[in-house]
Amino acid sequence: MSRSANINSRTNRTTVRLLYLLSPVCYLLLSLPAHAARIGDISETSLTTQALRFFTFQDPSVRYALLGSMLLGISCGLLGSFLVVRKMALVGDALSHAVLPGVALGFLWNMSKDPVAIFIGATLAGLLGAGAVHLIKQTTRLKEDTALGLVLASFFAVGICMVTMIQRLPTGNKSGIDKFLFGQAAAIGAADVQLMAVVTGLAVVVIAVFYKEFLVTSFDAGFARAVGLPVQAFHYGLMLLLAFAVVIALQAVGVVLVSAMLITPAAAAYLLTDRMQRMLLLASLFGMTAGALGAFLSFLGNNLPTGPFMVLAATTVFAGAFLFGPRHGVLARWWRQRSRAARIQRENTLKAIYHVLEAREFQGEGVSLRELAERRRETLEEVAAQAAALRTHGLATLHDDGSHIFVTPDGWQRACAIVRNHRLWELYLTNEAQLAADHVHEDAEKIEHVLGEETVRELERRLVNTTQDPHGKSIPVVPVSLGTKSEPTPGYGRSA
Amino acid sequence: MADAPPLEIHDLTVAYHKKPVLWGVDLVVPPGKLVGIVGPNGAGKSTLIKAAMGLLPVSSGWVKVFGEPVAKNLRRVGYVPQRESVDWDFPVSVMDVVLMGRYGKLGLFKRPTKADRDTARECLDKVKMLPYANRQISNLSGGQQQRVFLARALAQESDLYFMDEPFAGVDAATESAIIALLHELRAAGKTLLVVHHDLPTARNYFDMLLLLNMRVVAFGPTEEVFNYETLQKTYGGRLTILSEVAEAVRVKG
Repeated sequence: MSRSANINSRTNRTTVRLLYLLSPVCYLLLSLPAHAARIGDISETSLTTQALRFFTFQDPSVRYALLGSMLLGISCGLLGSFLVVRKMALVGDALSHAVLPGVALGFLWNMSKDPVAIFIGATLAGLLGAGAVHLIKQTTRLKEDTALGLVLASFFAVGICMVTMIQRLPTGNKSGIDKFLFGQAAAIGAADVQLMAVVTGLAVVVIAVFYKEFLVTSFDAGFARAVGLPVQAFHYGLMLLLAFAVVIALQAVGVVLVSAMLITPAAAAYLLTDRMQRMLLLASLFGMTAGALGAFLSFLGNNLPTGPFMVLAATTVFAGAFLFGPRHGVLARWWRQRSRAARIQRENTLKAIYHVLEAREFQGEGVSLRELAERRRETLEEVAAQAAALRTHGLATLHDDGSHIFVTPDGWQRACAIVRNHRLWELYLTNEAQLAADHVHEDAEKIEHVLGEETVRELERRLVNTTQDPHGKSIPVVPVSLGTKSEPTPGYGRSA
Repeated sequence: MADAPPLEIHDLTVAYHKKPVLWGVDLVVPPGKLVGIVGPNGAGKSTLIKAAMGLLPVSSGWVKVFGEPVAKNLRRVGYVPQRESVDWDFPVSVMDVVLMGRYGKLGLFKRPTKADRDTARECLDKVKMLPYANRQISNLSGGQQQRVFLARALAQESDLYFMDEPFAGVDAATESAIIALLHELRAAGKTLLVVHHDLPTARNYFDMLLLLNMRVVAFGPTEEVFNYETLQKTYGGRLTILSEVAEAVRVKG
C-alpha cells in the first residue's frame, strides 16, 4: 500500500520536474508564432518580404546584425577547421568559456560596451586560460582533457560572478552585458562590425599566406619541426587567431555556444570532402550561412537569443552532411551495402544454376525454378524474385511461361567465374594453408565475392594444378564472352 | 668543411621527465653508409634519431650534421617518421603529403611551384605510387602509406636520412621495394640511419649496425658487430629476446 503510494508520488514528482524542464521549450514554441504574427501585423508583410527586407541589407537596423553574423561565421568556420583536423575541439570550448571574465573586465574599464576594450580584455583572458591549461599539463601528471575541463569551468564561474556583479551595480550603462551569455545579433553596432571585418580579414590573410605551414604542422608536427619550421609559433598563432574569432563571435553567439560555431560547420565540411582547401572553403560557407540564418530567425522571433538559432542552423547543415554526404554519408553507405548485398545474392543464384547444370553434367540449358528452389533450399517465390533480378541485369532470361531460367553469355561467364573463385580459394586453403578439406567451404563462400583480378592471378601462379578442387569437382575455366567483348572478363582468371 | 662527417654526436643524453632514456651517446657516422639502429623495445632508438634532429630537448651533448650544428643544417636532413605518428584520415591527398617534403627548401611565404610538383611526381614514381597521387591518404594500405612517407623524404633531396621503422607492418613487396630504394640512395652518396626491429634481416640489410640499449653497446661494420656477445649485451636478460638472438646467430652461422 505504502509502496505503491511511494511509486505514485515519485512518478508525480518526475512528471512535474519534466514539465518544469520543458516549460522554456513550450514557452518558446507558444511565443514564436505570436511574435511572428505581431511583426506580420505591424508591417503587414509575408515571410518572403520579411526575408527580402532582412537579406538585402535595406533595413539599417538589421544591416549590422546580418553583416556581423556572416563575418563571424566565416572566421569561425575557417579556424574551426584546423581545430577539427588537429583533434582540438575541446580547446575551442575551453577558450570560449575562458574569455568571459575578460569581457566583464573590458566592460568595467569605462562602464560601457566599448568593443575595443572588451576585445582586449577577452583576448587576454582567453590567452591566460590557454596558458593555464599549458601550465597544468606541464607541471602535473594531469592530461590535456582534464586541464581543459578545469580551466573551462573555473574561468566561466569567475566570469558569471563578475557579470552578475556588474548587473547589480547602481551606476553606469550596464545594458548589453547579459547578451554575452546567449548572444544577441541585434546588439551588434557599427564599431563591432568594423572590428569583425578586421579580424575576419586578418584570419583569411594569415591562413592564405601560411597555408602550407598550417597544413604540415597540423598533419605531422614532428616532420614540420624536422624541416625547420617553428611549430610552436604556428600553434600559438593559431590559438591567438582562435581567441580573436571567439571574441568577435561572442556578442552574437554568446559564450555558452560559441564553440559550436567553431566545430559544427567544420565537422560538416570534414564529412563532405577529403581536401583541406575545400574543407576550409565549405566550413566558411556553412559558418556564414548559419550565421545569417540564425540572425534572421532571431529577428523573426522578435530578437530572441541569436546563439541557439545559429547553432541549430549549423547543426542542420551537419545533419545534412551526415545523412546525405556522397561518400561518408549514412544514406550513401547504406546504399553501397545494399547494392553489394544484391550483387552477392545474384552471384549466389548464378552459382546455384551452375551447380544444377553441373549435377546433370551440363545436359540441356534451362533450369527450372523448382530445381533452383530445391538447390537453394528456398521457396518458389524467393527463387522467382532472384530470377527476375538476374533478368533485369541481363544475366538470364525466362522462358516456358516463366518457369525455366536460361543464363545469357554474360551470366554464364559470371557463374563460371564465381565457381572458379570459390574452388580456387578452397584449393589454396587446403594446399597452402594446410586446412582440412571440410574446413574450407564456409570461408570460400565469403571470399568468392571479393577476390579481385590480381588475387586470382596470384592464386593461379601459386597453385600448380588448377583443374580440380579439394572435393574432387572440376574447376571451370571462364569462357571468352561472345559478341562484342573479345577479352575475358578481367578478374576471373585465364580462359582456355 | 667538405670532409666533415654526415653525422657526429658527442656525449648526448636525453631524459623524459628527468628519467634518462639515452646516456652519453658518442657516434661518428661515415658518409655513404646504410646504418641500421637495432635494440630492444625502450632502448631509445626513436629517441636517438629525434634528438639527433633537434626534435627533443637534450640534457647534454651536441649534434653536428656535416660539421654544422644540426639546427643550422636541417636542409641536408631528411626524415621518415613512424607511420603511426600521424592521422591518416587527415584531408590531404598523396600529392599534398609528398609536396610537404619541399617545404623545407621553399621557406616561409612561398607556395610549391610547378618544379616542386614535378619533383614530387618523380619521387612518387620512384616508390611506384604515382598512380595514387590524387588519392586521399586513408584509402591506402599500410605499405602504400609507408611508401608515401618515403616519397616525401625523397622530395626533401637531403644528404642524410633518418628513418623510423620504415619496415614496420609493410607487405613483402613494399619491404623489397624500400630496401632497393635505400641501396639506390646509398649509391648516390647519401647516408642513411634506419631504425629496425627485425634482427635476422638487419644483418643482411645494413652496412653498419648501431646496437643500442639506452647507451651505445656497439657500432661498426655489420660483420664485426653482429655477434653473440654484443647481441647478448644489447638484449641481455630478456629470455624471449635471447632466443631470438640465438636464432639470428644461427641464421648467420
